[in-house]
This record gives sequence, structure tokens and C-alpha cells, in this order.
Amino acid sequence: MLPIISSPHSGSVPHPCDPLKTPTMLKIENLHVRAGERDILKGLSLTLEPGKLHAIMGPNGAGKSTLGHVLAGREGYEVTAGTVEFNGQNLLTMEPEERAAAGVFLAFQYPVEIPGVNNTYFLRTALNAQRKARGEEELDAIQFLKLVRQKLQVLSLKEELLHRAVNSGFSGGEKKRNEIFQMAVLEPKLAILDETDSGLDIDALKAVADGVNAQRSPERAFLVITHYQRLLDYIVPDVVHVLADGRIVESGGPELALQLESHGYAWVKERLSPEIA
Amino acid sequence: MSALLDSFAQQYAALPEPLRAAGGLAESRSKALAAALRDDLPAARAERWRYFPLRPMAQRVFRAATGASVDAALLSDIPAPRLVFVNGWCDRSLSDLSGLAEGVRVESLGRLLHQAHPRDVAWLGRIFAEADETFARLNAALAVEGAVIQLEENVQQTTPVHLVSIGASEAGDAAWHLRHLIELRHGASLSVIEHQLAADAHAHFDNTLCHVHLKPGAVLRHVRQQNASEHASLLYRTDAVLAAGAEYRRVDLELGAAVSRHECNASLQGEAASMISGGAMLADGKRLLDTRLQLEHIALDTRCDLRWRGLATERAKLSFFGGIHIRQGADGTDAQLSNRNLLLADTAEVNTQPVLVIDADEVKAAHGATVGQLDAQALFYLQSRGIPKPDARALLMQAFLIEVLDVLDDADLTASLAPVLSAIKSY
Repeated sequence: MLPIISSPHSGSVPHPCDPLKTPTMLKIENLHVRAGERDILKGLSLTLEPGKLHAIMGPNGAGKSTLGHVLAGREGYEVTAGTVEFNGQNLLTMEPEERAAAGVFLAFQYPVEIPGVNNTYFLRTALNAQRKARGEEELDAIQFLKLVRQKLQVLSLKEELLHRAVNSGFSGGEKKRNEIFQMAVLEPKLAILDETDSGLDIDALKAVADGVNAQRSPERAFLVITHYQRLLDYIVPDVVHVLADGRIVESGGPELALQLESHGYAWVKERLSPEIA
Repeated sequence: MSALLDSFAQQYAALPEPLRAAGGLAESRSKALAAALRDDLPAARAERWRYFPLRPMAQRVFRAATGASVDAALLSDIPAPRLVFVNGWCDRSLSDLSGLAEGVRVESLGRLLHQAHPRDVAWLGRIFAEADETFARLNAALAVEGAVIQLEENVQQTTPVHLVSIGASEAGDAAWHLRHLIELRHGASLSVIEHQLAADAHAHFDNTLCHVHLKPGAVLRHVRQQNASEHASLLYRTDAVLAAGAEYRRVDLELGAAVSRHECNASLQGEAASMISGGAMLADGKRLLDTRLQLEHIALDTRCDLRWRGLATERAKLSFFGGIHIRQGADGTDAQLSNRNLLLADTAEVNTQPVLVIDADEVKAAHGATVGQLDAQALFYLQSRGIPKPDARALLMQAFLIEVLDVLDDADLTASLAPVLSAIKSY
């Protein structure tokens, strides 16, 4: 049997820490999301505290990427019920750029190529837009370059990457590293990694994991969406959730991921089928 | 006769006799005018003038431009060597021809006509035989100014030569006809940057014709930055002839004017001659941009690569025609044409027509034309990084247009032009 920490219907995961000492950063309650004619999320609940890293695993089509997109504010999704609070603010009414300025970052599963926009220029524009929105001083070119060089060093990335157009002609691995690099420069409070491991060979996977681990801190929370357990060998989660048919059906410790790996997702579906029926 | 042609006939009649006859051109000028008047403006259905607003233009009346004085501050960003024209007249006080390499000649056509060596200006006598070449004929009849740039064999001019044409208000709507010649001898190389600017708001008419002659192995980089008054009407025609191994890299940035028509005819006559051209066409407000390219591949192993981008919004109209004719015997030709457009408003219009005619056997040719919207995924990506939507839109538009600068294959030139496109606002 798999260890069951919370029942599928209990909503959020009880946290071992005293909630008064560690305020919740992200609180998703009973989230229902529709895309077109299809209901994708059907009552998803989850809470995440600063400093924690939660992994979301699940079969294809479970709604993992939808969750990431909805949190980042992508168009094309209709929230039909539920709430999402981020540090006490209603996240769902905010524009994507407002969410970013508030500290939400989504590492894309498929980073978008933007020919004609220089990577450095893009990142500086983004960072300064966020700083401006937060009422902070914008960085000049020299200050920015200093920051960027420092982050490149931490991630052992080539500076050449900066001079190219955003993701344009990048290899799969370079694109994912560029996402992690952007995260390092933008220093979000909540980083959502959407299948950042997909399409990576083992070396690139390690490099990406090193980049993520270097950025773990008591102030920052991570939501790591992945299909495979492999990534979690390198990025060790505090909590693993299993998302199936639009809901979290299991939550547990890192060992849950290992069990999923050996059993596959079939059992999740078996568990679900009577409820669906 | 239309009011327009009548006003040009009057301009011709008012040309001082010595100027009209200078360089032995009296006969060719009068014949050109007669042909223009005889064949009249192109018919409304004339294919090559389909998208040009001939009918409203026919009602316009223009006086001969008399010149105006403009603030030199307008030229603060344009370094020497530069030749400056104000309302079609060369302004010596604003021009500065320092920094020309030995073997480079930059002269105003007006001065050449004044010196009147028929040999120097014989190229002005060219006959325009087609009935719809009305404006070229008018130029042949009326042009008494322009820039003549000539490079001797193997001369490398390393700093760009700037040609500046400024429109400034004067009494009534004025017209001028500039005629340029850029001639590079064997192995010479040069960059020319043209600026079409406005000192203030006006509704003048600028009819410019530019001849480009590239001898074997010559390399010309040629940029035209059209930022004319939003009420001005512009016609600009380029006729280029490329000898063996010559390379013509050309960029047109269409950013201003009420009406701007650009016609570029290039004849790749020598083996391995190549034309690489790109354009950024920004159609906003009620602007009408009409671009027509016609490439003739005549010799073996010639190459063209045409990358044109358009952005149409508000009530503007944008039309693009890209014609490539690969003639019999021009085997080994490599011809690429791409025209991509963003249509950002229901009220705007984009017409694009790539036409490939292939009469040779062994060629590589491809063309593509698209009309689309801003990429929603890219927009979300930028927003998700904190860039506000209007800024993200502007960034994508700028990026879309800025790519055409790559055709210049010159990092310094590209860097100097990028700010022009980065200044484009969001729509």
C-alpha cells in the first residue's frame, strides 16, 4: 500500500510546521478550470509555504501544465470555481505581468523563441519592469551586467547565451537552462517549473537541477511539475502530490515519487474509476 | 489632362532655358515630358499601379519647390560625409563632404549640370519606354538635382555616405524630382544611408529616381530610411544593374509619409551577382505603402534574397509585390523571397503578391508570404516575465521588423539603425 498522508478530498496538505510561524505563500482551494469545452481541473487544493518544494506528478492529461499556466495567468482558461491566494492577494484577478512583479515565475515546458529580441535586453526589460512595479529603483546597464555575470557563474552558463535572441535556435537543453537562468536573475518568491526535465539528457538534467538547488532558500517556494520521478533524484522535494483527473489524489513524501516510478500511474486511475463512475 | 500633369507641364515651362538645356539634355527632357503627357497617368486598372491612389493624386496640384531653410539641429545625428537636399535643392551650408576616401566623388547633380559636361550627365538621357512609367518620365523631364556618387576601381569608402532629403513647408504644396546615381567601379565598396526627413508638417510631392550601377566585384550597402511628413507623397524608384560578382545589400525602412511608393528594379546581369534586400514597412494612421520589387536574373549563378516585413494597423494600407524572373540561361540561380506581415487591426489592409517566373532549368527558388497576428505565446512569455502588455507588444513588433537589418551583414550599420525601429510604439 502507498502511504496516504491526506485523503483525496481533504484539500490542502497539513504542514508539520506551526502555521503561525510559517505563513502560507500559495493557497489554492477547490480550483476548477475549463479550457474550451473541457473541464481540466476539478477541485484542486494545495498550500505551499516559503522554503518548501512541492512536486506535482501525474499521468499525461491530468492537468499538470494547466495548473502552471493558470497560476501564471495564461489566457484561454476559464476558472469556474475556487480561489488562488498568493501572499494574501487574489492571484486570479491579476495580469500575468502583475503576478510576475508579485514574485510568481513560470519556467515553461516549451520556452518560446523570440527572434529579434536580444536575451540580455529582454531580461533587463523584464527585471526593470518588475522593479518599477514594486517601486524599486531600476538597474542601469552596468549594474545589470554585473548581476547577470554573477548569476552566469553560479549556473556555469556561457556568456555567449546572453548575446543571442531569446531562445532562438537554442537546443532543448539551452532553452531549459535559459529558463533557470531567468529565474536566477528575476529572483521570484514562487517558482513553478513546468516539466523542466522533459527532453533533457542526463547532463542537462543535472545542470538544471544544480541551478534549481542553488536557488532554494527559506524565502522561496517551488512547485515542480514533472511526469517522471527522475528529476526528483536531483531535486529533492518536501512533498509529492499526485494529480489525476484534475485533482490531487495522493500526497506524501519523496518516497511517493519512487513508488509511482515502480508502479506507474495505472493504480491512480484504478483508484479514480469508481469515483468517476 | 489631369490637374497633376498640368501642374508638372507648367513646372517644365518655368524651368530656366539654360538649366533645361544643360548637358545637351534639352531634347531628351522635352521628349520625356511629351511622352508623359501623351500617355497620361497609368489607367486605374494598370496592374503595376493597382494599389497606388492615382485618382486622388491626379487632382493634386504642385508648384515647383523653391527651397526653404531648416534648422541644422535636424542633422545633429547625421555625421559627415553628408549631402543635404531641402525641398529638392542641394543645401551646401548643411552639407559636409569631409571624410571621403581618395577616389570617391560625391557631387550634387545641380553642380554637374552647371558645369555641363555632357559626358558626365549622359545617363540622365535614358528613355522610359513603358506607357505606365509616367513618373519616371516626369523625373527625366524635370530633375535638375540629386546626388552623384562615383567610386574608382578598388576604392573602399569605410564610413557611410549620408544622403539627406528634407521636406520643409513653403507656400503651397511643392514638388521636386531628385535623380541620384550611385556608380561603383570594379571592386569598390561603399555604404550609403539615405534619410528622407520632415522639418515640419507639409504635403509635398517627392519623385526620386535612383540609378545603381555596380561593376564586377563591387559591394554596395544602401539603406533608405523614409521618415517623411505624414501628409507627404513620395515616389522612389531604384533601377539597379549588377555586373559579375557584384553585391547589392539594400534595406528600406518605410516609417513615414501619407503615401509612399517604392519600386525597385534590379537586373543581375553578371555571373554570381547578388542582391540581398530587406524592408520594414510600418503602415499606421491612414498611410499607404506600396512596394514593388522586380528582380531579373539574367546571368549564371546569380542570387537574390528578399526579406520584407510589414506591419499594418489603424486605417492603413500596405501592399507588397515581389517579382522574380529567372531568365533562360540563368542556371544556378538561387532566389529566395519572403514577405511576412502583421495585420493588427480589422480596419487595416495588407496585400501581398510574390511572383516567381522561371525560364531556366537548374535553379533554386522559393517564396513565401504570410499575413498574421502577433504571436500570443510570445506575448504571454514576455508578460509572464513581468513586461506589461503594451511594452511586450511593442517589443514583439520591433523584433519582427528589426530582423530585416540582418541583410546588411554589417554589425555597425545594424547597430546604428536598430534604434530607429526600437522607437516604434505599441499599437
